[in-house]
Amino acid sequence: MNRHAFRYCMRQSMQSLSRNAWLAVITSGLIAISLIILGGFFLVTTNVNQFIRNVESNIEVSVFLNEGVNETEIQQRIEQLEGVVSQSFVPKEEGLYDFGRNMGDPALLRDLEGENNPLPDLIRVRVEDPEKVVAVAETINTYPEVELVDYGEELVARLMQITGRLNFLFLVLGVAIALGAIFLIVNIIRLSAVARQEEVVVMKYMGASDGYIRFPFLMEGMVMGWIGTVVAILTLGFIYFRLTSSFSQDSLILLFQPVTDIGRLLPIFIGLMLGGTLMSAFGSFVSIRKYLKV
Amino acid sequence: MEDVKGEPGVIELKNVSKLYDGSNEVALEKMSLEVGQGEFLFLVGPSGAGKSTLIKLLFREQLPTEGVINFENKDITKYRKRDILEYRRRIGMIFQDYKLIKQKTVFENVAFALEVLGHSPMSIQKKVTEALDKVGLSHKATSFPRELSGGEQQRVGVARAIVKDPVLILADEPTGNLDRDNALQLMQLLEKINDEGTTMIIATHAWDLVDRMQKRVISLAGGKLKRDEKGGYSDE
Repeated sequence: MNRHAFRYCMRQSMQSLSRNAWLAVITSGLIAISLIILGGFFLVTTNVNQFIRNVESNIEVSVFLNEGVNETEIQQRIEQLEGVVSQSFVPKEEGLYDFGRNMGDPALLRDLEGENNPLPDLIRVRVEDPEKVVAVAETINTYPEVELVDYGEELVARLMQITGRLNFLFLVLGVAIALGAIFLIVNIIRLSAVARQEEVVVMKYMGASDGYIRFPFLMEGMVMGWIGTVVAILTLGFIYFRLTSSFSQDSLILLFQPVTDIGRLLPIFIGLMLGGTLMSAFGSFVSIRKYLKV
Repeated sequence: MEDVKGEPGVIELKNVSKLYDGSNEVALEKMSLEVGQGEFLFLVGPSGAGKSTLIKLLFREQLPTEGVINFENKDITKYRKRDILEYRRRIGMIFQDYKLIKQKTVFENVAFALEVLGHSPMSIQKKVTEALDKVGLSHKATSFPRELSGGEQQRVGVARAIVKDPVLILADEPTGNLDRDNALQLMQLLEKINDEGTTMIIATHAWDLVDRMQKRVISLAGGKLKRDEKGGYSDE
């Protein structure tokens, strides 16, 4: 294809888009809808994952120490363990005070202060993910200075089970929705190619090469896909940020903090952009193939 | 056989037969034919005689079941994809239903044939203007096909065929959708183009026009060549 032919192809694409403007608008609109569904799903998935991670990061290992042990030395050892994010030492006096406060009045437990305090010193350890909690807890439990380790075994096991199931569900749903979107987009583009099959036949009769015939269709498909994608991203972005700002104002929902980190949202939007455009180009490519056999 | 202009053959058929899949009847049987440079030739015969099949074979839209079809001494049945494109770019085709692109103006429809060839915009402008001038449609350059009469649409088809200066023009029932006056005008236009040296092969039912033009007539019946001589539609 020489320079003139290339320029012609570009002009041809733009001209055909403007002359088939309604078809282009409808096509772009349908592409936008299918991408909004797909993108919406990704946003929900990201947020559910975030929620689970928030719950997980709230899992603590409580390490109860034997009487009269040097906590600094143990803390240093805990620090070395893999997966430990942070730790805090709670002396037994503070433990008693908290306990009393939880019961309603710290004064109730005044008799238990000092020598009579039955509580051990405590180190609260935070672990980066629940899969490491068990290992960390078991290691700490082997320290002779440690009386008891408690980490809510049942909760951890349950969480890991839920996460596993959710990930599987999301994978299946994601693949299904993505395939649905591809199918829809390819067929929408196919309809617009059917509307112009006569043109393709005439092009073949004139001795136009397949590439030459395909090019304007690919361009048109990509432009329609691109417009559809931009509409989808703007719509999704608008809805999402309206929803998340109303969530963050509601301080009651502590664990559910929606993802607003642009670094994590950007891949979704860029993915939609590329996906939408490429799928449309692919749709055009597949659609006109059968009319090229003249 | 009389070779009208005495030039070497543009098209040569040797024992060409065509049998369609799933049909026992032969569309063409052992057909041999030579068409010289600059000839004007009518293909006539009743429906199903094999006229359209022959045109389709010559346009390389279909392949013969057996036989050789030479274009400038090369067998087009052996052409690869690339060669077919090159071949179609050198011959003009005129269709009964015009086959104009509805979304394009008259000018663009004609220009299209040159754009495919990669001509520069300036050369396209010049050649398309000339071609439209030749078929008498310069004033309709910006119209769309739906705004034209049948006769005018077919003249756009002719302009599109001649704009690339083809060696050969194939026409399949070019006057099939036209009234008498328009049909006659179109034939005269094709004759004028032939006078400038373009070989013309026209499949037609229009016996009155064939009688009037007195050109070489190939008469087909049941896929066989019945008559090949200069004259009218029938041999009386």
